[in-house]
Amino acid sequence: MSAIGNGGTRALPARERSFARGPTVLSAAAFNRLRAVLFVLALVPLARLFVLGFTDRLGANPVEFVMRSLGTWTLVMLCLTLSITPLRWLTGWPWLVRLRRMIGLFCFFYVGLHFTTYIWLDQWFDAASILKDIAKRPYITAGFAAFLLLIPLAATSTNAMVKRIGGRNWQRLHRLVYVIAGLAILHYFWHKAGKNDFSQVSIYAVIVAGLLGARLVHWMRNRRR
Amino acid sequence: MLIRRPSNIRPSEITPPHVWHRRREFVQAALAAGLVGAMARGRAAAPAGTKLATRPGSYSTMEKPTPFEQVTNYCNFYEFGTDKEDPSRTAPNSLHPRPWKVAIEGEIRKPGTFDIDDLMQLAPLEERVYRLRCVEAWSAVVPWVGFSFAELIKKIEPTGNAKFVEFTTLADRKQMPGLSSGVLDWPYTEGLRLDEAMHPLTLLTFGLYGEVLPNQNGAPVRVVIPWKYGFKSAKSLVKIRFTDKQPLNSWQKAAPQEYGFYSNVNPTVDHPRWSQATERRLGEDGLFNKRRPTQMFNGYAEQVAQLYAGMDLKKFY
Repeated sequence: MSAIGNGGTRALPARERSFARGPTVLSAAAFNRLRAVLFVLALVPLARLFVLGFTDRLGANPVEFVMRSLGTWTLVMLCLTLSITPLRWLTGWPWLVRLRRMIGLFCFFYVGLHFTTYIWLDQWFDAASILKDIAKRPYITAGFAAFLLLIPLAATSTNAMVKRIGGRNWQRLHRLVYVIAGLAILHYFWHKAGKNDFSQVSIYAVIVAGLLGARLVHWMRNRRR
Repeated sequence: MLIRRPSNIRPSEITPPHVWHRRREFVQAALAAGLVGAMARGRAAAPAGTKLATRPGSYSTMEKPTPFEQVTNYCNFYEFGTDKEDPSRTAPNSLHPRPWKVAIEGEIRKPGTFDIDDLMQLAPLEERVYRLRCVEAWSAVVPWVGFSFAELIKKIEPTGNAKFVEFTTLADRKQMPGLSSGVLDWPYTEGLRLDEAMHPLTLLTFGLYGEVLPNQNGAPVRVVIPWKYGFKSAKSLVKIRFTDKQPLNSWQKAAPQEYGFYSNVNPTVDHPRWSQATERRLGEDGLFNKRRPTQMFNGYAEQVAQLYAGMDLKKFY
């Protein structure tokens, strides 16, 4: 089955249908309202940073605070993007997939800000220091790789680009998101490794593992049929 | 002509007037506390915020002290949680710094257990404004209150076998919720070579900003070793042991490839995961300030470099 389009015509197996509570079909107006609400919600983390910044409440180490907050929200957006497909299987709401591009682009938006904070506010465009960091510090290598891999996905997010490269190729390319998710967790894990502080990162690791595991289960089940 | 070195300028000459004027209040409060203390047979409780009678000590930096709010709210004290704000949220209510005893033992002629109030009276309390450089590449300037650890060493008379000192932090699950996490092997231990411990800069610390140490900053007693990364300066001490073997400090035990025994501030030896060449000063370096260069031995090279003469500091990091 296709991961793009709205796929609304597919008959749902009884088990999956049983979870469905809400509407399988959403009017265009209702969908647009929902998307607008989510758009505004996704900007709240950034707005919060501005409010804290202007009221001098970014704490003792503001650059660290901003960089970490943006990193966390990148990961949240990534998890939300990855949860769309399993959520659709669970609920049988085909329109969910049409929210995915926006949330995925918000992930790219936050990682862009995260990266900009690093090269600008943290490193002040010191190219030598940045390159040394990327080469020598495994957690920055992993994070940087995840950021680079996300660029082609963001660049091919428009309808025109999907058409241009073809649905099948597009889907293949966008499977990179699984690698990106792994790299993002690794980035966070290595960042915390020296302090043996895995409480936060384990939560995200379990969520990402669950979201990728759901795909594996789904794929194996479909293969057996 | 006498040329005074910058490191010997007394803090009274550089302290902002409004802070300097508060000294009278400190002294008055301390006198009042002393009277009360005398009536209660010298066992007055000393909660955080109680003023301490201090005199300006040597070695103070002229740099601007980091605001009290930031010194007391941005803390690494994993016994109370791993977030910077965890200790200031939890420790003020959960840690009980009175009554408190410190066991002083090992290779010494006069081992024993000191009550915290007796320990505080071993020598006059000095205010020392020290730079603090965390291994995480941030820094602060803190007006500590205490006396040289050497004063204690004089009193307990180490034997010829004493080559190192090991500091042990309290590990009480009832008072320290962070102990339920496996972040480190509790209790927290740290160590110094005896000559490092005897260096006059090494401060046995009971207060900051003229007050009794807030719980989150290591009440009721901690050490401060300003030329080493902050984690060497163990907090809330319950044991000080003099040994003939180099102690294994908690961070070295947890991640030996990242943290060594010496852990001297050194801009030329990077942490495996980040550069130590620069730092951010808490409270001063905002969003749009560049990082500032880190100084060798955190700016105390003049005083301590000779302790490490001939040592390969890349090997002994």
